[in-house]
Amino acid sequence: MNRNNDGILTPRNDGTLDRRAAVAALLRDPGDLLVVTGLGAPSYDVSAAGDRPQNFYLWGAMGGTAMVGLGIALARKDRRVLVLTGDGDMLMGMGSLATIAAAGAPNLAIAVLDNGRYGETGAQRSHTALAADLAEIAAGCGWSHITTARSMAEVEALRDRLRREPLFAVLRIAPEEQPRHLPPRDGAHLTHRFRRALGIGTD
Amino acid sequence: MSPRPWQAEVYAALKTAGIGLIGYVPDAGHAHLIEAAHADPAMDAVVLTTEEEGIALAAGAWLGGVRAVLLMQSSGVGNCINMLSLPVNSRMPFFTLVTMRGEWAEFNPWQVPMGTATPAVLTAAGVHVRRADRPDDAAEMVAASAALAFDSEVPVAVLFSQRLIGAKVFTKPEPSPRTSGGTSEGAAPKVTP
Repeated sequence: MNRNNDGILTPRNDGTLDRRAAVAALLRDPGDLLVVTGLGAPSYDVSAAGDRPQNFYLWGAMGGTAMVGLGIALARKDRRVLVLTGDGDMLMGMGSLATIAAAGAPNLAIAVLDNGRYGETGAQRSHTALAADLAEIAAGCGWSHITTARSMAEVEALRDRLRREPLFAVLRIAPEEQPRHLPPRDGAHLTHRFRRALGIGTD
Repeated sequence: MSPRPWQAEVYAALKTAGIGLIGYVPDAGHAHLIEAAHADPAMDAVVLTTEEEGIALAAGAWLGGVRAVLLMQSSGVGNCINMLSLPVNSRMPFFTLVTMRGEWAEFNPWQVPMGTATPAVLTAAGVHVRRADRPDDAAEMVAASAALAFDSEVPVAVLFSQRLIGAKVFTKPEPSPRTSGGTSEGAAPKVTP
């Protein structure tokens, strides 16, 4: 964090990772990984990496992505769950970092695509571009596996860790917008196909 | 403090309904359910920082094939509204038990606005609202409402009236020669911290 002598914040340096390339790398050979995505660009990134029934995309419910992930992880302790979301959603659901750490979910990992922007609404700077560090917040909430990735080499190393550890990862991505790649947005459809993929009856 | 019989019956009704996960923001009126959930090896119990987390938690549990319930106080209902778009839009069940404040012998005026608004706000957000007023039908109301939620896959809230739970006591009443005995179930509040 940078403050001048008057206590005025100057924005952090932006991240440089290409978000589409980073997400494609994380989701390469997804196997039976269960994925929950936060509204806006993270849902588009995961959709662009390849739509599959084990992806549950949020188009709203801002702040809730990590908790949906916890619900799945507790319901299916035999499976790995990955939450892929943005800094705005994670900031709105900051309390869920405390809830998840307290609950303990060894099969749940969170990757935050952090561009320090509210991309859907005109790229206004978010708190992570100004003063907040989500990795430090997670540490303060009791997470013990935490990392920040700034290069594609670091993203590649994340791929396996996110499928093995209860990891909280921040990916410092570039603020540039990418073309929208829209996943299905009917929540009932997404729900039914996700449950079917887990072998749950939807009669 | 040992639970009153209806509180034990409500926990049994949740078990019969197949609930496997309880998310809660603590409330004295839910204290027995919370203790019972933590003591039950077949139940996951998750303490939340805010009630809306419980909506998303329950949605995730449903995606994974587990039935969840959210325990909260009426003051927490207002925190939930946008998150209710998740079960409503995804045509998922959602089940919550809400202990009411601000409606019966309430001492704390800050509880009154949200307590008054709770049924209308839930209804406006698409939640079916039921109410338990008497100890002898609380468990049956929970059982029937859980069936509605999970069989018809709709959001349902059961409001436990403040008279049923007992008003929270903030100060011990001054002994007064003009006050006679005569208490009903709800007018005999248990002392809560």
